[in-house]
Amino acid sequence: MRVLIHDEEHEVPEGITIGQLLRRLDLDQAVCAVAVNAEHVPRQQHDRALRADDRVDILAPMAGG
Amino acid sequence: MEDVDTWTVGGRTLHSRLLIGSARYPSPANMREAIQACGAEVITVSLRRENPRERAGQAFWSYVRDLGLHVLPNTAGCESVEEVLTVARMAREIFETDWLKLEVIGDDETLQPDPFLLVRAAEALLAEGFVVWPYMTDDVVLAERLVALGCDVLMPWGAPIGSGQGIRDEARLRRLRQRFPAAALLVDAGIGAPSHAARAMELGCDGVLLNTAIARAADPVGMAVAFRDAVRAGRRGWLAGLMAPLERGEASSPMVGLPFWHQEER
Repeated sequence: MRVLIHDEEHEVPEGITIGQLLRRLDLDQAVCAVAVNAEHVPRQQHDRALRADDRVDILAPMAGG
Repeated sequence: MEDVDTWTVGGRTLHSRLLIGSARYPSPANMREAIQACGAEVITVSLRRENPRERAGQAFWSYVRDLGLHVLPNTAGCESVEEVLTVARMAREIFETDWLKLEVIGDDETLQPDPFLLVRAAEALLAEGFVVWPYMTDDVVLAERLVALGCDVLMPWGAPIGSGQGIRDEARLRRLRQRFPAAALLVDAGIGAPSHAARAMELGCDGVLLNTAIARAADPVGMAVAFRDAVRAGRRGWLAGLMAPLERGEASSPMVGLPFWHQEER
């Protein structure tokens, strides 16, 4: 199925969870936070399955003033 | 004096009154060295989309985490209450802190914070238990609203972000200090020189948050030390009590016992 990660289209397996997506992208869950359709999904809910056309944002620390 | 002049902000006791940003340094190593040199205990960071191919965020965090500082995440880039809440919740999860520098820009030219959005976002964040550090103008009415909502910290600008103009209106800062003696008052933005930071402290501010003035200096580490010393000097000046300025000159040497050549004039 197709999901949008940072506005880019990605093909992912049907029913993939948020945690599985992060592992697939080789991102450390402890240093990332995830929003789906502009809503934060807490780490405890990363077993939630994504749905087609979900918009995923993965945020991480960055320099800031 | 440094040892005993601690202060409490956001539920934590700090020794340093200089808070530092993490952006715009020549290199990560230079950032670390400058931050350690200035003695800051609080560092501001932002949250951005992580590109899995670059993993820049994870690399950045590895540089900052080991410094062992209190992290103050900001909401830079947010344009609505909903965006602020989402980023705030994500920041709380990553950094395990309720602290949040609330930054919502209302004008692209001056980067002036949006006072209306600021109040609405602060109210929503406080309801979720965040300790809100609002980046604001030096408007006393706005400060009144934020304090009434429950903000214990006020962070007025001295001048627009990154401008280095210093404190453009001392009277307004002085008024904020007088009106809100219990609030932690920090100048955030516009500081360009160590003397600006010292002045903010002389006016009774509890601290100074700055970034560009150190990061963009020819020698960021040297400038970090200069700011550290300036903040301490200004703080000492405030505690010692500045003399009131006079309109006219007043001789500092005593008039009694003037030498003989003045005796005929008296």
